[in-house]
Amino acid sequence: MGLTSSSTGNFLKKENKKNKENFDFVVGLAGNPNVGKSTIFNCLTGMHQHTGNWPGKTVSNASGYFKYKHKNFKIFDIPGTYSLMSNSEEEEIARDFICNQNPDVTIVVVDSTCLERSLNLVYQIMEITKNIIVCVNLLDEAEKKGIQIDLDKLGIMLGVPVVGTIANKKKTLLKLQETAYLVCSKQINTNPKVVKYSSDIEEYKKNNMIKQYNNSVVSEIFSQCSIVSNSVISYKSNTTPPKSRKIDKILTSKKFGIPIMLIFFALILWITIIGANYPSQWLSALFGYIQEKLIIGLEAIHTPSYIINPLIFGVYQTTTWVISVMLPPMAIFFPIFTLLEDFGFLPRIAFNLDKCFKKCCTCGKQALTMCMGFGCNAAGVVGCRIIDSKREKIIAMLTNSFVPCNGRFPFLITLSMIFIGSYFSGIFSSIAATITVLLIVILGIIFTFIISNILSKTLLKGESTNFVLELPPYRKPQIRKIIVRSIFDRTLFVLVRSIIVAAPAGLLIWLFANIQIGDLTILGYMAAALNPFANLMGLDGYILAAFLLGLPANEIVLPLILMSYLGSGNLVSIEDIHSIGEILKANGWTIITAINSMIFCLLHFPCSTTLLSIKKESGSLKWALLGFAIPTACGIVFCICTNFIYNLII
Amino acid sequence: MKTLNTVKLNNSVCICSIDCSEKLQRRFLDLGIIPGTTITPIFSSIFNDPVAYQVRDSVIAIRSEDAKKIYIKKEKA
Repeated sequence: MGLTSSSTGNFLKKENKKNKENFDFVVGLAGNPNVGKSTIFNCLTGMHQHTGNWPGKTVSNASGYFKYKHKNFKIFDIPGTYSLMSNSEEEEIARDFICNQNPDVTIVVVDSTCLERSLNLVYQIMEITKNIIVCVNLLDEAEKKGIQIDLDKLGIMLGVPVVGTIANKKKTLLKLQETAYLVCSKQINTNPKVVKYSSDIEEYKKNNMIKQYNNSVVSEIFSQCSIVSNSVISYKSNTTPPKSRKIDKILTSKKFGIPIMLIFFALILWITIIGANYPSQWLSALFGYIQEKLIIGLEAIHTPSYIINPLIFGVYQTTTWVISVMLPPMAIFFPIFTLLEDFGFLPRIAFNLDKCFKKCCTCGKQALTMCMGFGCNAAGVVGCRIIDSKREKIIAMLTNSFVPCNGRFPFLITLSMIFIGSYFSGIFSSIAATITVLLIVILGIIFTFIISNILSKTLLKGESTNFVLELPPYRKPQIRKIIVRSIFDRTLFVLVRSIIVAAPAGLLIWLFANIQIGDLTILGYMAAALNPFANLMGLDGYILAAFLLGLPANEIVLPLILMSYLGSGNLVSIEDIHSIGEILKANGWTIITAINSMIFCLLHFPCSTTLLSIKKESGSLKWALLGFAIPTACGIVFCICTNFIYNLII
Repeated sequence: MKTLNTVKLNNSVCICSIDCSEKLQRRFLDLGIIPGTTITPIFSSIFNDPVAYQVRDSVIAIRSEDAKKIYIKKEKA
């Protein structure tokens, strides 16, 4: 079929020959997206790779080891693909791996609930390599649907060993290991029965008619697949339509669809914001305690104060501050988000909202990266991996910071309570504050659409690519695994990136606030320099300086503002909203200052972690710079406009 | 000839031919959406577009502008 190593073009030469010292056999794990490949991988290796109930999750080959009968196996988790003939990134990785790494055995995982389609990939892989084991996974789901598969017959028809598994149950994987062992050690001979093509195909190939060639190859493979699957599958009685269908009817109905989505979303945010408060306080108390001990310790060994001060009040305090305000919300938000992801709810959101995004020439999956952005923009940017088209991926990354993240919500909430809520009394006060925050969020969403639209008409021109998305069946999430994985994969991932920036930034902030030149600190000079421009935007120099110095984490913007007003050299934390209000008002804040600060909080450069992620994910500094420039420009223009209009009216 | 986007929910039809860009065609091929396949629209999204179709025991969402490129005929009972 032409899928030999010479024709694939791309070679992976980095890891050419197997290193015989570390392991005896190489195993490849291939399969369609969403068939539980990564779950099998995790069970075999004990490594925690995130598996989502969502197509296209594994983007690069993950590898791990397992031991069986005193032999070491190195196993590669190949990205999920539907075929090897298209040219998406995952498929290239998969094809290159099988062609060039030459694994001792390739385990092709197939979904027992849609065997026919999965067999397509099996046949394609059989043309490249002889050593194949077909692993029929999700047997439990098939049983629920009343599907029975004759595995022995399937093995005979394919000419390769077939093993049935239930990925969550480790016991069922023993047979898979045994079979892999037998194939690797050549105790079982595989003899794949590849599809015999008609003579037309040779004709197409000779005349280089690629389109016809591909078409007929795939249709012949599929006709073979349906022959095989029809003869091995038997249905137990007439099965009722699966539960998935009923849930889908509700989630996509005109009446309930949108309210359910909004309720879920509001609930997640509410749990995150409320729930994160307490652990945040505990953490900051703990870090405060450690800080005291550290100072005592450092003084005991006669460390000079010009080292203690920047180290403790600069580096240590800022870093721990960032940890204590960032860690708890992320540790709550991500597991809940992952829960919905594993359940299969997220593809439905993409499905429901696709039309809105299509109007802006992007795709529905951007809705998901946006939702994730509410938790953390950096995670949202990383999440853009799920979008296939590069153009749409970059649009989603650049516009991700238009939704306020966890780090910005407290700022928005505090300001709206002080300046908007105080106009009302009792319960109306908090309602007014909530509505204000909601309006800001809506403004952000509007900006996302507008900027996406502009980008796709100018810099990132192109038609909206097609949205052909598989909606996987709903699955019961494995809660314990989710918690472990989302904390390791997402929370720690983001946290580490932010600490890397927070530590040096902490030092910088301390130096700015403490080095006196003449009567003013550097921060003072900076604020004075920014002041005329800031006044134009309805802000003052200190606010703008705080946003600039708050680049490592948006959480420290308010403490930075308070620090500069109080003339203190350290970040200031004040729990009492009333006294924050007093300080701000004493420094000339009016309602328009508050409104503009909130707008600028929404529309300004994302934190350095996000920028770093944009650069890493897009592979170019240019997009990171645009990710900085676009929201900032929007914010500046918008603030100048509101300030101008306000001054006209008042 | 009728196209897929005109089919009412829960009516099974058979694909005759597909006329679209090569990229989309490959995507369809991967998912087993090829001439001769039986396909059934099962539910639509909130804004009616895209629509979810049942193909070869899996559920695939396709936008109506893409479904327009798939020509179909009635399934023989």
